[in-house]
Amino acid sequence: MIELTVNGGRYEVEAPVGRSLAEVLREDLGLTGTKIACFEGHCGACTVQVDGVPVLSCITLVHTVEGREVTTIEGLREHPLVDAFVRADAVQCGFCTPGQIVSAAALVEANASPSSDEIRHAMAGNICRCGTYPKIEEAIHAWRD
Amino acid sequence: MARLIRTEKEVEGRYEEVWLVVEEDALDQWPDGPLETVGRPAPRQDGRQRATGTARYTADIALPGMLHAAVLRSPHARARVTNLDLEQAREAPGVRAILEPGATDDLVTECHFQGQPIAAVAADTYAQARAALALIDVEFEVLEPLLDPEEAVKQKRLTTEPRTTTRGDPARGFAEADVIVEATYRTQTVLHNSMETHQSVCEWDGDTLVVYISTQFIWGIRDSVSERLGLPPDKVRVVCEYMGGGFGSKNGPDDYTYIAAELAKRTGRPVKCALTRREENVHAGNRNATIQKLRAGARADGTLVALEGEFIASVGWSGWLASTAGPMQMLYDCENLHTVEYGAKLNTPPMKAFRAPGFVEGTFGLECLMDELAASLAIDSLEFRRKNHADATDERPYSSKNLMECYERAEKHWARRGDVRARSDSTWKRGVGLASQIWYGGGGPPSYAWVRLGSDGRATVVTAMQDIGTGTKTAMQQIAAEELGLPIERVEISAGDSARGPYASISAGSSTTPSMGPAVRAAAADAARQVIEIAAQRYHLEERVLSLQGGSVVSADGGSWPLEEVVGLLEDAQILGKGARGPNPTGMQVLTFGVQVAEVAVDVETGEVRVERIAAVHDVGRVINPLGASSQVEGGIIQGIGHTLSEERLLDPETGTILTQTLDAYRMPTIADVPEIVSELLDIPDRHLTNLGSKGLGEPPIVPVAAAIANAIRDATGADVRSLPITREEMLRALEEAKQKTREREKVGARSA
Repeated sequence: MIELTVNGGRYEVEAPVGRSLAEVLREDLGLTGTKIACFEGHCGACTVQVDGVPVLSCITLVHTVEGREVTTIEGLREHPLVDAFVRADAVQCGFCTPGQIVSAAALVEANASPSSDEIRHAMAGNICRCGTYPKIEEAIHAWRD
Repeated sequence: MARLIRTEKEVEGRYEEVWLVVEEDALDQWPDGPLETVGRPAPRQDGRQRATGTARYTADIALPGMLHAAVLRSPHARARVTNLDLEQAREAPGVRAILEPGATDDLVTECHFQGQPIAAVAADTYAQARAALALIDVEFEVLEPLLDPEEAVKQKRLTTEPRTTTRGDPARGFAEADVIVEATYRTQTVLHNSMETHQSVCEWDGDTLVVYISTQFIWGIRDSVSERLGLPPDKVRVVCEYMGGGFGSKNGPDDYTYIAAELAKRTGRPVKCALTRREENVHAGNRNATIQKLRAGARADGTLVALEGEFIASVGWSGWLASTAGPMQMLYDCENLHTVEYGAKLNTPPMKAFRAPGFVEGTFGLECLMDELAASLAIDSLEFRRKNHADATDERPYSSKNLMECYERAEKHWARRGDVRARSDSTWKRGVGLASQIWYGGGGPPSYAWVRLGSDGRATVVTAMQDIGTGTKTAMQQIAAEELGLPIERVEISAGDSARGPYASISAGSSTTPSMGPAVRAAAADAARQVIEIAAQRYHLEERVLSLQGGSVVSADGGSWPLEEVVGLLEDAQILGKGARGPNPTGMQVLTFGVQVAEVAVDVETGEVRVERIAAVHDVGRVINPLGASSQVEGGIIQGIGHTLSEERLLDPETGTILTQTLDAYRMPTIADVPEIVSELLDIPDRHLTNLGSKGLGEPPIVPVAAAIANAIRDATGADVRSLPITREEMLRALEEAKQKTREREKVGARSA
């Protein structure tokens, strides 16, 4: 058993060797906003923040985040980015969207007015097959409106 | 009275005749232009649920006692199972059931393509199921796969009879031509890669099978599953509330659903069977590769006189023959035409529909050929397309066609080419290209909706439709809100469950909005009529002076009663309106049209191609939600850029096994690859089509992308790229070929001088 801090709450979870953070979040804690789309660190759908830094939870072993702050989409529900994404229609099927917002939240935390180039650089690891990218860029530009 | 008629139904270019019950009280179309809610931008009403992760997808479903399935699939393109020992797997920790070959029709020992399922395991956890799979002792006799589509055609190894279409006298047409161009175009195999992989959860509730599935067609799943399992259709309930993308690949139940259903039956527990990303890239379908040998002839004045095409589609072991010849048959006015299409039966995974199947591939070939033809005639590309515009290509008139208007609006984008070219330097060459689009998108019956109006003055649209991420639920809320004179916030939608609403359309072939929208409007109108009847009796007014506006019943003389007051008379009772989708206009072709103008930059030293701008003008009838529509256009274009420049399923040429199973190997566009996109929709309602005049928009925007980019590359560099994807290698090859041609021309020029 290890102790995890997720969205400010503390949880005791089983951490057998090889268990990923994404599985623990989804299966043990019921935090299914974190999506698994490739399970090998290529698509960004599982992005969470660990100590404020975007991390691919599907290839992060859960025991490595003991004692660190994990923030999932469930901890960002009141973040202004959520409304910005909905307003801009930066949501199509929505399966990648929580991961997009988690990445974007880390970006605007570090840089409140990112340029388009900075947005593209920071968000290039989050694949959206529906192609909402122009709207994502727009939503991040307008996140404080 | 219910009136029974026989009518024609089209999905993705395939027509069938259906019986249809139509309502007598047909509605007139609304006036043109933006109305109160319809035609105005509406953010997705379920956007917050999707964005915050509270939306429950099939992937998120975890039922009490649910088991997880893993499937043993053939690692070989063609092989026979010679030995299969399941005993060790059966004893593995957590294993609750194993399906042997034959346990469902999909589980086989003769494997004709990689990924074909052989056996399946259900265990308490997915990790246990995978671990058990590894304990299955299986031996194969590996056989020689057939992988070459041209060889398949030579050997007559085809999935279906060749399809031939002839019009006029092609030989005479070519004889009359002043200029003839011919070229061979190749398109690659492309993978859908929906973010949510194909999956379902099956649970038996007594003798009813409940199927939670990531699907584009709730009712199609119900029909297929009930037929295969021999269950009455009402003993299959299908649920899909949120869905993580399909693009054509999720129209049917597939092996994983039948495996889950059988395992659920054997264990008495719910079973989830989900494809991994690697399985998805092998076994979830693909846009088939094509080889297109094309020829076109025109008179010196630019009039097309003959078109000819031989098309080979690498269908795979099974699947259907999408119409790659369609654009050649339909886009231009050309009286002499001959096309033949072959479906090559190969030891590769079956194709599936992928966003305008056939037409995406066929438009690349045709529209590149048309540009080559226009260039050899020294006629402007846009002018050439206007000159050969088709008013009709068979005896059936179009229900509406505003392609000329699209061309008109594209002119300002086309006019940028001087400036764009002028921004070239010694390494980066810039150019502009265009391509036209034709595709279906008329939708059709049957589709039904109910509208429930409560005493709180709120409405709910009830229909067992799916929203695959296109925003159709929001469009339906807009349509109901418009008809009921309510703000959209007062209209809910209940969808996604065959047990909770009437039959609804497939979400494929750009058909959801044109199929469902008219049914929803009819249901809302039925509810509105009842409210007016009630108000007329309560307030002693004539029905004809009453209407619904701004959440109230309003009379012509200025009276106004809030809806909740009128419906509130009924206390807990509800008003229920019902609506059905009427037929498509008899004897007419319902099609969508458009044109795109692409601007590219090509690095002639490295072969890198960058798309800098795409302007899209499409004609899809009335636009319900301009915001959601622009997302569809952008999404289609971005997917098209992936198809054009970077995406390709690669096979090992020796073994036929798939090398691109992961998302680092199969390269889809990221946010960094997106050009400036300008999206314009004509928003001209189709007067002949339903009570809405709306066509579908999911597919049209992807259709002309590749050709517009390739034509822009020719404009920039003089090189003919005829093979997708346009990798640096292909680009450099085309540049070298262009150089050779110039040298040869110079030689000939020098000799004749």
